[in-house]
Amino acid sequence: METIKLRYPVEGGDFIGAGEASSQMKMTLKKLGLPSDVVRRAAICMYEGEINMVIHADGGSAEVEVDLDQITLRMIDHGPGIPNLGKAMEEGFSTAGPEVRSLGFGAGMGLPNMKRYSDAMEIDTQVGRGTTVTMRIRIG
Amino acid sequence: MEHSVHIDLARCRGCTTCIKNCPTEAIRVRDGQAAILADRCIDCGSCIRVCPHRAIHPAVEPLKGMERFACRVAVPDPALYGQFGQMADIGQILAGIKQLGFQYIFESARSAELLARHARGKCEGPLPRISSSCPAVLRLIRLRFPHLIDHVEPVMLPMEFAAIQARRAVAEETGLAPEEIGVFAIVPCAAKVTAVRRPEGLAQPVLDGAFSIQELCLELVRTMAQDQGEHLDTAAGSSGIFTAFAGGESALRGERASLAVDGIRNVIEMLEEIEDGRQSGVEFLELWACTQGCVGGCLNVENPYVARLHLSALAAALPGEGGGSMGADQEWDDVTFTRTLQYSPAFRLDEDRAAAMEKYRRIDVLAEQLPGLHCGACGAPNCRAFAEDVVQGRASEGDCIFFQQEENQPAGLPPSFLRREDQ
Repeated sequence: METIKLRYPVEGGDFIGAGEASSQMKMTLKKLGLPSDVVRRAAICMYEGEINMVIHADGGSAEVEVDLDQITLRMIDHGPGIPNLGKAMEEGFSTAGPEVRSLGFGAGMGLPNMKRYSDAMEIDTQVGRGTTVTMRIRIG
Repeated sequence: MEHSVHIDLARCRGCTTCIKNCPTEAIRVRDGQAAILADRCIDCGSCIRVCPHRAIHPAVEPLKGMERFACRVAVPDPALYGQFGQMADIGQILAGIKQLGFQYIFESARSAELLARHARGKCEGPLPRISSSCPAVLRLIRLRFPHLIDHVEPVMLPMEFAAIQARRAVAEETGLAPEEIGVFAIVPCAAKVTAVRRPEGLAQPVLDGAFSIQELCLELVRTMAQDQGEHLDTAAGSSGIFTAFAGGESALRGERASLAVDGIRNVIEMLEEIEDGRQSGVEFLELWACTQGCVGGCLNVENPYVARLHLSALAAALPGEGGGSMGADQEWDDVTFTRTLQYSPAFRLDEDRAAAMEKYRRIDVLAEQLPGLHCGACGAPNCRAFAEDVVQGRASEGDCIFFQQEENQPAGLPPSFLRREDQ
C-alpha cells in the first residue's frame, strides 16, 4: 500500500497563519476515515510543531506521511538548532522572547506536548544547522 | 435526514453563488440547478442568505397549519421580540400571538432561564464546555469535529424544554390527551425548523411544527394594529431574553471564562483551534451559526444589530430573571439529551481505510491536472471538491470546461482566464 504524503510550508513569524497546516491535515485525515483521537493527537502535534518553527526557526516545512497503520509527522527547519535538548524537553522551559510570550506563545509546552501526544518522537538537531522533529502516531 | 433547506427549482438559475458560500461544501450545480448533498448540509442557512434569485428557502409550515389542532400552544423564540422596534413591547406581542389563534404561550426565553439554572453542574465533559443551543453547530460538530462531541453540554434546547413543559401543563389544565395539543415553535432560522422535526439531542420530536418569525411578524403587525387592549406579561426576565443574541447565555449562566463566537466561518475556526489544543483558558463556549446569534437567523425581519438594540431596550424594565407564570416552573426531572450525538462521517471517502487512501490518491492525481481556478463551472465549489466528486462517481471529468476541449488532456485556458503575460 502506497503511502500518502502531504507537505505544508510554514512561514517564520506568521502567528496568524500558524494552524493552517494543522487544519488542512485534519481535513485530509478525516476524509481518510482515521479514528478521531488519532486525528486530534496528530493535530496537536502538528500545531505545536508549526508554532515552534514560527517562533524559533523562521519557518520550515511540515511533512506528513499516512500509512495504513501509522502517521509520521516531520517538522523540518533550518533554524538555530537546540543547544540543550534535555532542558528543551522540560515543561515550562522556553527560550522565547518577551514579545512572543506577550502574544500568548512560548509557554514551554511545545515539545513536551508533542512527546505526550505522539507514540514516538525523535529529535535530530544541530546548532546552527537546524532541527528535524519526527513524530509517529499509531493508528489503532 | 430531512432538511428544512429547499431549492425552488423554478427560481434557481444554476449560478454558483450558493456552492461557493456553503461552509460544508454541501451544494453542487447539476443539470443547471443547485442540489444539496443531504448528508453534508447542516441547515445553517448560509445559502439562503446569499442566493441572488431568492431560490433557496427553509420549508416552513404556513401559519394555518396550526388549524389541525383545536388546542394550540406557541413557543416563541426571544428573537421575535426584537423585530418590532418602538411599535410593540413584549406584552403586546404576546397578546398578538394569542389573537392569531394560540390559547397558550410558553416562552423559550423563560425556559432558557430555567435550563440555565438546572444545567449547571450537570455537565462534566472536558473543557471548554460547548453550549448546545445552536442546532446547526451541533450538526457541524457531529459531521466534522467528532472528537469535540464530548465537549457539548447534553442539554436540550430551550424551545424543546418549553414544549415538554407546555404539553404537560396544558394537558393537566384542559384534560386533553397530550397528542391533542398542538405545540408550535416560532423560530428565527432554518436549523431550528429542522430541529423541530428531527431534534439533535432527543430521541423523539417534542414539537408539532415550526412557524417562521418572518411570517408571524407580518400577521402580528396586522393584529397588533387593531389593538384589543389586552396586555400580557412576559414570564421571562432580561437574562432569558438576552439569550437571543451571542453572549447572553454566558451572562445568564454566570460563566466567567466564556467566549461567544458568532458566524459559521468563525465557529469553524474556533472548533479547529479547540481541536488543536489551543484556547486552554476557556471554560464555556457559545457558538452561533448566525451573526450576533439567533437575532441573525435567516427567518428574522429586522437587522440583527438593530434587533439586539430593541431587545436591550425592551428588557431594561424587566427583572434579571422572570417568574414562574404559565406553569413553566413546575417540577421537572431531566433536561438532558435522551440521545447522544453520533459522529456522522459525511466527509469520509470510504468506510474501508485502504479504499479511502486509494481514492485520496486518485483525487490528488486528478486535482493536479485541474486548472485550480475554482471557477465553479463544473458545479463544484472548487477544483479539489470536483476531483473528489469525480472519484466518488458524483461527476465526470467532462464536466470541467478545461477537460472538454481535448479528451483527458487539460486544454489551454479560455481567453477570459489568460493573464496578460501568457497571451
